[in-house]
Amino acid sequence: MSLFGFLTRRSTAPVARDRLQILLSHERAFVGGNDLAATLQEEILRVIAKHIAIDRDKVKVNLDRGESFSTLEIDVEMPTDEEVRARA
Amino acid sequence: MAEVLVVTSGKGGVGKTTSTASLGVALAQSGQKVVIVDFDVGLRNLDLIMGAERRVVFDLINVVQGDAKLAQALIRDKRVDTLSLLAASQTRDKDALSEEGVERVIGELREKFDWVICDSPAGIEKGAALAMKYADRAVVVTNPEVSSVRDSDRIIGLLDSKTAKAERGERMEKQLLLTRYDPVRAERGDMLKTDDVLEILSIPLLGIIPDSEEVLKASNLGSPVTLSSPTSAPARAYFDAAKRLRGETVPMTVHSDKSGLLGRLFGRRVA
Repeated sequence: MSLFGFLTRRSTAPVARDRLQILLSHERAFVGGNDLAATLQEEILRVIAKHIAIDRDKVKVNLDRGESFSTLEIDVEMPTDEEVRARA
Repeated sequence: MAEVLVVTSGKGGVGKTTSTASLGVALAQSGQKVVIVDFDVGLRNLDLIMGAERRVVFDLINVVQGDAKLAQALIRDKRVDTLSLLAASQTRDKDALSEEGVERVIGELREKFDWVICDSPAGIEKGAALAMKYADRAVVVTNPEVSSVRDSDRIIGLLDSKTAKAERGERMEKQLLLTRYDPVRAERGDMLKTDDVLEILSIPLLGIIPDSEEVLKASNLGSPVTLSSPTSAPARAYFDAAKRLRGETVPMTVHSDKSGLLGRLFGRRVA
């Protein structure tokens, strides 16, 4: 610490406030969104399974909450022609 | 009509038990019939803070399980005769509490008292969940410190989703009690200010309890600060908060024990 450090000493409370605001905006979204992703995954899976024979593990639903926008990512891996033929 | 109030926080050591005892005394001294109930099964301390540790014969678990009548377990305070204590069990496990049992006991207490104040254990497990389950309103005790504020935010979420009132679709009334507040450090920028905490948690303020050595002295004596040192700064803050609980409008001041310039300067500062 420099000799005149006390003159330029930064206060710590604003840092605490900013960290909390960012953290809590994520945590609030996560607590509410956790079930949402699971619910969506289950329902999307059911809709797809009505039309296509599909592996449960090959449907992935991801909910990513960002500060300015959030994304819902649905990743469905379709069966190859060989797999469909093999099942038929 | 009785009010069931839960004093909760998520984080431990922020002043739930101290606040339960001090508010209980303040409400009882204003003539209200008050019972304070310790939900911290296995780690009871409300009896000790109240100076009644040698008078506990039956406890909440005994009543919940039907082994004792409520009247046998209630400990009448020797100093304030409208105040009673229902202790937690020290030897049993929190699993001995059941939802049905707690609901029945709270129902019986509602008939005997004006205020039923439930002192929640720390954490978000069964004991804390049951302490808040049948409450009408909540006091969220928070220190101006990051981990306490974060845990309070979590508890507010649970109050809004997991209580019987929330499950019925009703709004849970929640108020913030900011404890261990040091206006000098907050002004210096080294402690979260009241406004910072209020903005983050966005619930109304019940009171600001200043950090004070009187609180430790009070627990040493087994006599809540509102009883042992009623003119001290924290006691005056608890009396104000108790009046606000009863619906009175009291200007929000940070009380101070210091008569010096800094104390005078920040003592009047309103949140």
